[in-house]
Amino acid sequence: MASPADKVRVKTMMPPGHVRAPAYLRGKIGVIERPLGEFGNPELLAYGHTDGPKKPLYRVRFTMAEIWGDAAETPTDTIDAEIYGHWLEPAP
Amino acid sequence: MPHDHHDHDHFHHDGMSPSGHPYRADNDEPLSYWQCMEIAVRELLIEKGHVTPAEIAAQIEAMDARSPANGAAVVARAWTDPAFKARLLADASAASAEMGFDIGGLRLIAVENTGDVHNVIVCTLCSCYPRNLLGLPPDWYKTRAYRARTVKEPRKVLAEFGLELPETTQVRVHDSTADMRYIVLPARPAGTEGMDETALAALVTRDSMIGTGLPKTP
Repeated sequence: MASPADKVRVKTMMPPGHVRAPAYLRGKIGVIERPLGEFGNPELLAYGHTDGPKKPLYRVRFTMAEIWGDAAETPTDTIDAEIYGHWLEPAP
Repeated sequence: MPHDHHDHDHFHHDGMSPSGHPYRADNDEPLSYWQCMEIAVRELLIEKGHVTPAEIAAQIEAMDARSPANGAAVVARAWTDPAFKARLLADASAASAEMGFDIGGLRLIAVENTGDVHNVIVCTLCSCYPRNLLGLPPDWYKTRAYRARTVKEPRKVLAEFGLELPETTQVRVHDSTADMRYIVLPARPAGTEGMDETALAALVTRDSMIGTGLPKTP
């Protein structure tokens, strides 16, 4: 389980089917804003599999600079998004 | 007389009634697959005695009755009751349920606007929205333009809503990507010191709880 302020990267995988990790955040590094507990995995729920293992969910905070680079409107503004643990890996 | 227009010119456009209102097309087209499915499931549930038509109608009425007035009541309570505000920021689902606005299986997070921070809510993947507190989302909230632009150029989007933020204010965009729903707790406007909860609630607009506006000032 990740803890608040841990640096994480959203995995760059592009699996087919229903996922809820937005493409614009894949490969981007943020910090855990807060852990949210465990929730049903939407990648299974979307296909009627309601008995799959639950997944930890986190709110991750990214800076506009990290997401949009030089094109950021205001680099220090932030985006928080909810990302499931299996989409996150530790970042240096 | 409501339709007494003899003192000015009549402009009758195609698709308009004589009084200038657009006609709405009759829904004569065949039912879609999902409309058939909804009717079939509903009629089966009634036939098998699981629900009554009156219960379904009452539930539709309850869902339609949800409006931004619910959220405004929560915000006004938070402005006047510091202990409630602390509970709202710690667990917004439980705090809004206290006031009778249950969010069901979802979880609600309240994000607070301060002198330095302005929050705005978007759902880039679909149209997730805190319906228990705000009712149905406005059409613009569901457009691709709002969803795509709010994460890329939030200040420009907010300026189009009439909200120009100074560079010293940090903008925090919240993308509702999974099981959370969000409501912005706007800052209490200046000059409202003597106002009670009911009067304060009347200042809280829907957009101020999405983050695309500020509360009204008295």
